[in-house]
Amino acid sequence: MENFGYHTPASVADAAKLLDANEDAKLMSGGMTLLPTLKQRLAAPSDLIDLAKIPDIKGVCRDGDELVIGAMTTHAEVHENALVRELIPGLASLAGQIGDPAVRHRGTIGGSCANADPAADYPAGTLGHGATFVTNKRKIAADDFFLGLFETALEPGEIIVGVRFPIPVWSHYQKLRHPASGYAVVGVLVAQTKSGVRVAVTGAGPSAFRATAMEEALAKDFSVKAIEGITVDADDLNNDIHASAAYRAHVVTVLAKRAVAAR
Amino acid sequence: MLINVNMTINGKAVSGQVEARTLLVEFIRDHQRLTGTHVGCDTTQCGCCTVHVDGKAVKSCTMLAVQATGKSVITIEGLAQADGTLHPVQEAFREHHGLQCGFCTPGMVMMGVDICRRHPNADEHTVRQELEGNICRCTGYQGIVEAIMDASAKMAGGKA
Ligand SMILES: Cc1cc2nc3c(=O)[nH]c(=O)nc-3n(C[C@H](O)[C@H](O)[C@H](O)COP(=O)(O)OP(=O)(O)OC[C@H]3O[C@@H](n4cnc5c(N)ncnc54)[C@H](O)[C@@H]3O)c2cc1C
Ligand code: FES
Ligand code: FES
Repeated sequence: MENFGYHTPASVADAAKLLDANEDAKLMSGGMTLLPTLKQRLAAPSDLIDLAKIPDIKGVCRDGDELVIGAMTTHAEVHENALVRELIPGLASLAGQIGDPAVRHRGTIGGSCANADPAADYPAGTLGHGATFVTNKRKIAADDFFLGLFETALEPGEIIVGVRFPIPVWSHYQKLRHPASGYAVVGVLVAQTKSGVRVAVTGAGPSAFRATAMEEALAKDFSVKAIEGITVDADDLNNDIHASAAYRAHVVTVLAKRAVAAR
Repeated sequence: MLINVNMTINGKAVSGQVEARTLLVEFIRDHQRLTGTHVGCDTTQCGCCTVHVDGKAVKSCTMLAVQATGKSVITIEGLAQADGTLHPVQEAFREHHGLQCGFCTPGMVMMGVDICRRHPNADEHTVRQELEGNICRCTGYQGIVEAIMDASAKMAGGKA
């Protein structure tokens, strides 16, 4: 990979200053997506701004009806954290299904969401729980965050500092994992939240989306039967060597049913 | 521009000058001449480069040397005791024939130790799941999985 300048700012404000000063600089969290990209020379940033030394954007705490997870919290920490296991076990389980143990020891929730890989798990986790992203500039609802293939609402210079999850009544994540990469061929998160039923899908389309027809059916009757005949439109789904769009559409319903059956 | 790095590797304080882009595995192999840690891929998938950083298994091909500054790194060379007594996971790999050519073995053993620490008395399903990020191209995994299950049981029994 090409060389770069390396910075370890001690605060989010300092990181933002470095980012603003140099449009070719890039943030680094776990590096689990960024470093492989640099090794393959698919990107060559002038500078890496490593968020690892910023103390207050890591860890989990409860704030009223919300669970707040710092952007630099690793997948392993979310998976093992006692508060997450108690209050949102569906999210702890999702984090434990990402990649492999070594990836989970370094990769972070902030990096994963900022990257918005179409097959990543956290997009379904955040969208399905109706989470809110907190950045150095504003708050962004997950509903407004994932815009397309590797595309988010983040503006240049914007840094995710944490994610706020409303504590759900119940939630469950089901994933068909790609046997080689571990990523989701399809992943479905079903949540019963205080503001209604949410069904979020990852892996199937260019970016995570909500299966609104299933949400409406489950709101009336929270049962496997209620969503039996509901499929998402295959026209909008990914069609690649891993799975056809029609197959993905079928699997979305299968996984949603399995998730509901787990209630 | 070179950057100073210092860390402990297998308990010994080491320092050096690296480029920002120098990977931890390059620092370990090329600068420190600890060639037990292997590189088997370019895509963070094979796990041959697995080492422990502050007690956790990570892929040293996907971490910068500068990111390990101030941290404690353990490589395969640091597992056995000074008198040559093997770590229980190494011993179990020998016992259960958990290797053939040996290329993946350092990574398998380092991940195996990490698995045993997190999962006392690990069952087969757990071990296979946890080996997701370590690829072996020749033994067929059977012996590897048996070795890690056995070591996990022995370590849980206080024999470690
Ligand atoms: C072998 C392997 C298997 C994997 N399997 C899975 C899987 O099954 N499921 C899954 O979901 N993921 C998987 N991943 C990806 C993994 O979860 C990564 O950890 C994640 O995609 C990126 O997180 P990171 O912290 O490593 O971010 P980095 O790689 O450091 O950064 C990723 C991108 O986000 C930007 N960024 C980082 N932090 C912030 C921030 N706080 N604010 C704004 N922008 C930021 C960076 O500039 C960069 O563009 C896998 C990765 C590997 C190598
Ligand atoms: S060399 Fe590190 S994962 Fe393959
Ligand atoms: S023993 Fe040969 S690759 Fe595993």
